[in-house]
Amino acid sequence: MDTYYCPHDLAKFGDMGKNRPELWAKFMDYYSSVFADGALTEREKALIALAVAHTVQCPYCIDAYTNACLEKGSDLDQMTEAVHVATAIRGGSSLVHGVQMRNIAQKIGM
Amino acid sequence: MPSLQASRHLLAATDEQERTLARSGAPPFDDVLIQNGLPLLETTRIEVLQVNVGKLCNQTCAHCHVDAGPDRREAMSRETAGKVVELLRRHDILTLDITGGAPELNPQFRFLVDEAAKLGRRVIDRCNLTVLTLPGQADLLPYLAERKVEITASLPSFRPAGTDAQRGDGVFQKSIAALKMLNDVGYGKGTGLVLDLVHNPVGAFLPGKQTSLERDYRRELSSRYAIVFDHLHTITNMPISRFLEFLERSGNTESYMDLLVRSFNPAAAAGVMCRTHLSIGWDGALYDCDFNQMLALPVGQGAPGTVDELLASGSLSRRVRTGLHCFGCTAGAGSSCGGALE
Repeated sequence: MDTYYCPHDLAKFGDMGKNRPELWAKFMDYYSSVFADGALTEREKALIALAVAHTVQCPYCIDAYTNACLEKGSDLDQMTEAVHVATAIRGGSSLVHGVQMRNIAQKIGM
Repeated sequence: MPSLQASRHLLAATDEQERTLARSGAPPFDDVLIQNGLPLLETTRIEVLQVNVGKLCNQTCAHCHVDAGPDRREAMSRETAGKVVELLRRHDILTLDITGGAPELNPQFRFLVDEAAKLGRRVIDRCNLTVLTLPGQADLLPYLAERKVEITASLPSFRPAGTDAQRGDGVFQKSIAALKMLNDVGYGKGTGLVLDLVHNPVGAFLPGKQTSLERDYRRELSSRYAIVFDHLHTITNMPISRFLEFLERSGNTESYMDLLVRSFNPAAAAGVMCRTHLSIGWDGALYDCDFNQMLALPVGQGAPGTVDELLASGSLSRRVRTGLHCFGCTAGAGSSCGGALE
């Protein structure tokens, strides 16, 4: 192993079911239910997953959900907008914590 | 954009396409059938006569398995079209599925439609939509509607970028205009004028689930353009002709073939369309499907090879001739000219 992240490892995800398969089965059952058509379509859920993948910065998830978004009919404009949503929330979450900074500074400052 | 043939591309030659697929390392299709406990493919009852009337088209789509385009001139003659009608007359084949190219541009298109309609056959026109907007085709839409010809129309995306990337700049807006024209005369409204749409992936990946995509198409086309349709068919891009050229140019041939093989679905394999279809070329030659036709793989030895021979022998049953491209119909949910197989 010369790198922690290898694209070929994504195909080995199922190996996580080799030990404690009952936990794997429960996870996969839940996972497949989450991504099935519901109030949101599979395409919309894949776009959310793509945004979250960028937030958690998981290269496996980015690979998987880039493919999933394309398969389910999204285009690059829509996928880019989804990443910008993730970016805005990440940036906004930093910025809104500035309120904490201001609270503290106002309390102890003169 | 010129066709592969007009640009003298190596992949215009069908044997070069087969060599390219062989280099991908994909296993023989029949071996995979056997490994999965499936019988080799044979026809059951022929339900659809799919006639490719020629390669002339007003578009040059990036994924076209026909290598059709404005520079192609192959076209079915009246004599051959007459034999196709005779075949329909003699056999209880319920559906005539007319494809191309843009089949409406072929001089025999209306002859085939008229004669099949007289015989009471269901007629499908595989329409690229933009043909309906051509200046010389103003009478086409009322003609189709009057004869209740079913329209199966290509629209790879409900968004402009994907459609134009696959089918050419400006095609999306023209397609939307054509869909509005179809709706205006009653197509897609559940009144007997059937308008089905076809989604092909815009790249080297499989189509998503047909039911889910249909839901998205229905909502997006309705809310953005007030367009309605009957059904959406998802069709996997076949790794031949211009899509194979794209795969080669983008370095995706091996990974795409690997995807198709890894996604082999035994249930889809049992329902492939070649078991219930017979494909006829513009020159009257017989094939198991339109893809075999474009790879110049005629029906297997022993089966009638032309419309003439079939009219003489009358036998429609045959063993299906397979190749590495067949993995395109058996991957994931499966793929056929009528969409996903499960």
